[in-house]
This record gives sequence, structure tokens and C-alpha cells, in this order.
Amino acid sequence: MFSNFDFDVIARSWPYLFKEGMSFTLMLTGLATGAGIVLGTILALMRLSKFVVLQKFAATYVNIIRSLPLVLVIFWFYFLLPYIGQWVLGSERPMAVGAFMSALVTFSLFEAAYFSEIMRAGIQAVPRGQFAAAQALGMRYHQVMGYIVLPQAFRAMTPLLLTQSIILFQDTSLVYVLSLTDFLGAASKVAQRDGRLVEMYIFAALVYFVISFGASMLVKRLQAKIAVR
Amino acid sequence: MNYKWNWGILFEVSPEGKGTYLEMLLSGLMWTLTTAFFAWMIALLLGVTIGVLRTLPSRTGRLVGNAYVEIFRNIPLLVQLFLWYFVVPELVPEHIGDWLKQLPNAAFYNGVLGVGLFMSARVAEQVRTGIESLPVGQRMASTALGMTTAQTYRYVLMPMVVRIIFPPLTSELLNTIKNTSVALTIGLMELTARARSMQEFSFQVFEAFTVATLLYLFTNMIVTILMRRLEKSIAVPGYLGTSANVVVH
Repeated sequence: MFSNFDFDVIARSWPYLFKEGMSFTLMLTGLATGAGIVLGTILALMRLSKFVVLQKFAATYVNIIRSLPLVLVIFWFYFLLPYIGQWVLGSERPMAVGAFMSALVTFSLFEAAYFSEIMRAGIQAVPRGQFAAAQALGMRYHQVMGYIVLPQAFRAMTPLLLTQSIILFQDTSLVYVLSLTDFLGAASKVAQRDGRLVEMYIFAALVYFVISFGASMLVKRLQAKIAVR
Repeated sequence: MNYKWNWGILFEVSPEGKGTYLEMLLSGLMWTLTTAFFAWMIALLLGVTIGVLRTLPSRTGRLVGNAYVEIFRNIPLLVQLFLWYFVVPELVPEHIGDWLKQLPNAAFYNGVLGVGLFMSARVAEQVRTGIESLPVGQRMASTALGMTTAQTYRYVLMPMVVRIIFPPLTSELLNTIKNTSVALTIGLMELTARARSMQEFSFQVFEAFTVATLLYLFTNMIVTILMRRLEKSIAVPGYLGTSANVVVH
């Protein structure tokens, strides 16, 4: 079955696959995770705030995003961002948004909805008495959140946040629909150029599996460590 | 914004020649729902089997079950679809491969299979969690009563598990519907793909995507309402469900 396999194609395209493809994938994953957690935390704080308008806004945003397929959202932002850029800058023509920028904004805003659900659970898990005690000590809202509540929420939710970022890592393969050169994009371009679909897609699956499985094992370990204390 | 809105476009005839653009999008929705339905059947059938396998006393069973779940969970859905669509027909004997490649609606069958297997790993995970959440005493009591393992699962454990995992399964069903959109990469003309081709034909990007978005939201709402009803009707009185499932993706 493997007799007419050409494993050499992988060796030949190694620099392209990893230096261009994988670094794009990892960069997108890293930046979108960072931005997604920041935005998600802000959304969670809005949802738990006492202002009804903020609550409603955050809830609507999260529910709509979570009801839509990522592919559709990728297309939405790809076409919408140039117009938003034009509106913000007040320029005459729609702004040219780079493909990486477009993908980064999309994934940050999309994953923020999922991260916000995790952070909301984390914040709610901090006993209410701590909030009250901090206020009794004369702390302001940002102090209570910044020094007391959020550090605990982050710590408790770290495994879930990391698991979500592994999902994000896998989801970045969907930039394929914009013909970007992420890891899968690079693999598929080589596959089509050299007519080696079988080798390249099996190899891509293997690489994704090793990284995701390895990362999830690490998260499991971390979880066990946190649980003991 | 100097975008020219034109909602009338929805009622213009699409170049595909099979009715208006709106009808084109609705037929996309039908493909989305049909694919999701069959994928969900596969996901439930295999998911329950694998989930149960992972809780059996047999070590081999657990090993096989765990390996299955890890493989399907740690490879992106898009890559899995490519494996089924591009790779498998090349690996099987040539006459079968040729038959597979010439199959009409190949994108549909591969979409159903790919999404179904991907989701089955997630269903299996929910089933295992559900079974493990039951008190060990129930299993022991059934054994003490002389029940076989099969009887224990059939009459004691599973009737509870189904009710316990109903809420998280509802979100997995919604994920199945959303995930069918990934199959547009292998040429399935589901809702997102139709919106995309409407944009290519007519250049009315935002009308196409707005309608697709509304259709997804509407589907989501209907499914959620129906599942809530079903959930209530099968709920065990006085037993709290595990609806606080944080990460649903």
C-alpha cells in the first residue's frame, strides 16, 4: 500500500511547511488566544456588571457568535473589515486589510465569545464574600477585580483556557477558505503542485495530532497539579 | 460606508437557473440540515458505543475507546474531511477507489461521514462522563441482583445517563449543524457555500451573509426550543441535570 509513496516530498518542502506554514499557524494561534482572552474577560465583566445595557450587549454578542459557524464568520469579517476600516479612518475607498490581519481580527473576536463563557464561570466561582470583604476594606471596583477576583479566576480556569486554545489551534486550519498559507494551506499547496495529496494530508493530520495531543496531555498534568492544592 | 444595499437581489433569478437567490440560500439550508441529520445519527450511534466501551471492565475496550476519541478529537475537522475525500479513495483497492471518486454527491457522503465521526468522539466523551457521574453503588447493586453487564447498562445505567447528558448533547447537536459548513471545502453546497456563491454571482456580499446568518440563528433557536421541550418531558423528577457545561464548542 505504501510502496508508491513519495515521502521525499515532505523532506523537500519541510522549510516551506514549517517556516512559513507552521509559524503562521502558531503566530495566529498565539495572538488570537491573547486577544481572545483579554476581550473575553472584558465581555465576562460586562455580562456580570450591574449595568443592564452592558449585560445585554455582552449576552447578545456571545449568543450570536456561538450560534454561527466559524467559516461564515471568517467570510463576514473578510468582506466587512475593509468597510469598517474605511468608516473608522474616514477614507474615501474601502481600506485594504491584509489577510493575516483579517484572520487575526476574526479569530480574536470569534474566540472571545468562547473565552468569555469560561471566564464568566471562573469569576462566578470566586465566593461572593471575597468581593464583599474587599469592598468593605474600601477597594474600588477595578481593585477588587484586579487584585482579588480575576487572579483567582484565571488560575482556576487556566486548564480550560488552554484547552480552548488547543481548539483554536485546530480551528486556524479554516483560514484555508481564504487561501492563506497556514500549515494546512502550505501542505495543500505542495500537495496540489506535486500531485502528492495522500502523503501531504496524512502528514498534516499527523502533525496536528502530535501537537494537539501533546498539548492536551500537558494540560491534563497541569490540571492535576492545580487540583491538589 | 459606500456599499450599495440592494435587498431586492434576493428575489432576482440566480444564474444557476433554479429560482431566486433566496431559494438558492434556502436549498443550502436544506443541505445543511440533511447533512447534519445523518451526521448526528452516526455521531450518536458510534458515540454511545465508544462511550460505553470506555467504561467497561475490559482493559482492551477502554484502550480502544480512548484511542478512538483522542484520534478524532486532535485532528482538525477540515483535515479529517480531506482525509476521507482525497486520501481514502487512493488507499483502497483501485476499483473501489474509482467507484468512490465517481460517486454522485460524493461531497455529501464524505461530509456526513467526516462530520459524523468527528462529532462521535465528542458524544463518546459526554457519554463516558455521564456514566462515570453515576454512583458506583448502582453498578454494584445490579451485579448483586445477578444482572449481567449488558443488563446493567440496558436497564440501570443508560436510562439515567441519557437524561443526564441531554443538555450537553443538545449543544453537540448544534455544533454538528455548525460544523457541516466546513464541508464546503470539499464542495458541499450547504448554506455558507451558497451565501458565498451568491456573493460571487451578484456582488451583494452583505445581503447574502445577512440572510445566511439569520437562517443559522433561526435554526439554532428552533432546535434549542425543541430540545428543551424534549428535555423537560424525559427529566427524572427531583434530579438536577448537568446543564452547567461551560465549554461548548
